[in-house]
Amino acid sequence: MMRTPAPRLRTYLSGYVLSLVLTVAAYLLVTHPSYSTSLIVGLISALAVVQFLVQLVFFLHISAERKPRWKLMVFIFMVGIVLIIVVGSIWIMNNLNYRMTPQQINTYLNNQGGGF
Amino acid sequence: MSVLKTQQDNRSILGFWIYIMTDCVLFASLFATYAVLHGNTNGGPTGQMLFNLPNVLIETIILLTSSLTVGLAMLAVHRKKREQALIWLGVTFVLGLAFLGIELREFGNLLYDGNSWTSSAFLSAFFTLVGTHGLHITIGLLWMGVMMTKLVTVGLTRANIRRLTMLSLFWHFLDIIWIFIFTIVYLMGGLGV
Repeated sequence: MMRTPAPRLRTYLSGYVLSLVLTVAAYLLVTHPSYSTSLIVGLISALAVVQFLVQLVFFLHISAERKPRWKLMVFIFMVGIVLIIVVGSIWIMNNLNYRMTPQQINTYLNNQGGGF
Repeated sequence: MSVLKTQQDNRSILGFWIYIMTDCVLFASLFATYAVLHGNTNGGPTGQMLFNLPNVLIETIILLTSSLTVGLAMLAVHRKKREQALIWLGVTFVLGLAFLGIELREFGNLLYDGNSWTSSAFLSAFFTLVGTHGLHITIGLLWMGVMMTKLVTVGLTRANIRRLTMLSLFWHFLDIIWIFIFTIVYLMGGLGV
């Protein structure tokens, strides 16, 4: 009566080999750069996301869960929150950085009676 | 094993899963902080100057292998093979210890060269993010030590199987967090992004 069927040796081994290949591929892309920097950043980010999914399926067995899939639902909710925190923070801070020059910050602080 | 007790166990494991998901949110806020601050080096060294990538690759492979061995331990647990489970947990423990040793040596070298968390916003964010992961690994190792002792003294009881299932979830989760530290902190840092 286990909710998730017992995992098998083959599952773990395929997850391990796939993760190893993805890790080494990302490492080689950085140590032997043969593309533009922005392309490499895109590629290694994609490799990280793929490895994330590989470990979710092969190590955490998220796809083997039976209905009702509470683990999966909590997981999807978490991904939503994480994206809001990370993407939101980077967006807001870059926007602030773009809109304010150091002089503007200094003038603002001087008007407040402080400054650098 | 009665249906009711199995349901109780599954509920406990779901509760632990929810804890892991909230821990992901903690790491997300640290990643966001690092992403915002990683360029602010206060005239000090950047990640590109500090990071030793071959060292980090070895760390990554060690942690990945420990994620496999904890899975192998769980296979043995489900087959009720106590000795086999103990051996694989022992291997995982040693790999985790090796990972922690390499990380602490890296931190020690950074501090020895005067690059502590007080040097710049970049280093504050770096030490907080990577240090929090290292702290989780330390707690995981303590937990693993306790569980190995319990396996020897008490054996594969229903409660211990439940605890081991949670421990394996925790360990796999730490490996997943490390993928992102490896990619975002070290590999992108090595590129100078």
